[in-house]
Amino acid sequence: MTPALGKPRLLMAPALLWLMAFLVAPCALVLANAFFLRGLYGGIEYTLTWENLVRAFDPLYAGIFLRSAEVAGLATVFALLVGYPAAYAIAMAPRRWQATILFLAVLPFWSNYLIRTYAWIVLLNREGLLTQALRWMGYTGEPPSLLYTDGAVIVGLVYNYLPFVILAVYSALSRLNPEFREASRDLGAGGFTTFRRVILPLTMPGVAAGAVFVFVLSIGNFVTPALLGGGRFQMVGNLVYDQFLTANDWPFGAALSLVLITVMMALLVAQGLVADRLAGERAVAKEAA
Amino acid sequence: MRDGRLALTIVLTLVFAFLYVPIGVLVALSFNEGGLPTAWSGFSFKWYAALAHNGAILQAALNTLIVALASTAVATVLGTLLALGIEMRRRKSRGLEALIFAPMIIPDIVLAIALLSMFAMLDVTMGLHTIAASHVVFNLAFVAAVVRARLKSFDWSMIEASTDLGATGFTTFRRVTLPAIAGSVVAGALIAFTLSVDEFIIAFFTAGAGRASITLPMQIYSMLRFGITPEINALATLVIAVSVVALTLSQRFNRGMVG
Repeated sequence: MTPALGKPRLLMAPALLWLMAFLVAPCALVLANAFFLRGLYGGIEYTLTWENLVRAFDPLYAGIFLRSAEVAGLATVFALLVGYPAAYAIAMAPRRWQATILFLAVLPFWSNYLIRTYAWIVLLNREGLLTQALRWMGYTGEPPSLLYTDGAVIVGLVYNYLPFVILAVYSALSRLNPEFREASRDLGAGGFTTFRRVILPLTMPGVAAGAVFVFVLSIGNFVTPALLGGGRFQMVGNLVYDQFLTANDWPFGAALSLVLITVMMALLVAQGLVADRLAGERAVAKEAA
Repeated sequence: MRDGRLALTIVLTLVFAFLYVPIGVLVALSFNEGGLPTAWSGFSFKWYAALAHNGAILQAALNTLIVALASTAVATVLGTLLALGIEMRRRKSRGLEALIFAPMIIPDIVLAIALLSMFAMLDVTMGLHTIAASHVVFNLAFVAAVVRARLKSFDWSMIEASTDLGATGFTTFRRVTLPAIAGSVVAGALIAFTLSVDEFIIAFFTAGAGRASITLPMQIYSMLRFGITPEINALATLVIAVSVVALTLSQRFNRGMVG
């Protein structure tokens, strides 16, 4: 079409080669490493085995997977409970302000992840600002232990990933035809019924996209559990981290990553299918109308 | 109707308080003379002054700058070319889209251990160069995404016109294509720079042993794990300021308000 710039293939080549060398090849290597034995002194012995994968499903490790899924699941639910109303409020704001409010809602997300997590250490520690706020309101008992709990980890995850939900739901809401809302009202539906029967179902793809992002990012996270959570083997991310940097069992670490990636890929593919299907149904409905 | 508007305002106020109070507290504490989060003892710049005399932090800041500039430069060129190549193609390939989307969603820990495994197997000496090369992976994906968004509204017939008028491929790129996408290229580069400055996990795994190639986020992590000093509030404030400035600029370039 435009030979003037050179062939598309040639333009894409440097970037694709870089991705091959620093993304595809390393990931393939991890995939392969999961099926080798651990060397006597760390390292890898190139003998094929299922041992690592079998061990990843040992009740001890399966338990950590389930626990991670539980924490990530709770973080997802809370992020939706906070993020949906926020996105709805932004979508209902005067049109000329929407872009600015949305930018401000996402801005904290672009600052350093460690710093955003550290902020919660300052707020939640025993002599932290929350305790002081309680004291100021007349509380005299023991300072509450808020930090180094599952709750702190969940708050940290919600805080860090909330913008994903806001963006995803807002983009679904902004594509919504405002006439649907009016039609529902004209047919006698109250505000809540309109929301439940019209707006919510139509914005489900946005909800699903936001939820999958929060869950996927949370379940593989190791910084937040390490800084805000108690104990050592908190979540899968920490377990993987330990296999590589402490236990020096790279094949087992690779096997754990393999399971983690499989779970995440399955969720992303499922979300993609749901989105395609809803888009298809909507197209049919539009044709029928 | 009026009740609805009030409820929405309350929701927005609460959500923004949730998003900004924790960061605001850090910024306020960075100016607290006593340094303790428990009591305000007067306004002071002394923690900023302390930062300027902390050799380890200055070295880490310099390392971060080197990594961010190098990876942004490479990623901006590769990402822009990639965007042009993809948008010029008539046929859309799902596999290609997935490959370019992957760096944005792959969990940092997975990419980090994958790169570490590869560098170790190939016996590559790790340091700032391996961190920068690794950062290019996700940076080029973000640059490409921003530039592609701009190219969606690009009038490709301008290129044909330029060629018909006798311009060479390079002249057309310099005089037609580049001016049209320049804003988005700068916006993408600023995003890449921010991501690289803030990235911790991949840097942590691909930095190699020793203190020589510690970046700022690695320094912050070790401060958080092994002893929080009041200096960290000042450092946090500066790092947040850099991100906010870069992102705001990026937004303006992308809308074409500047340049």
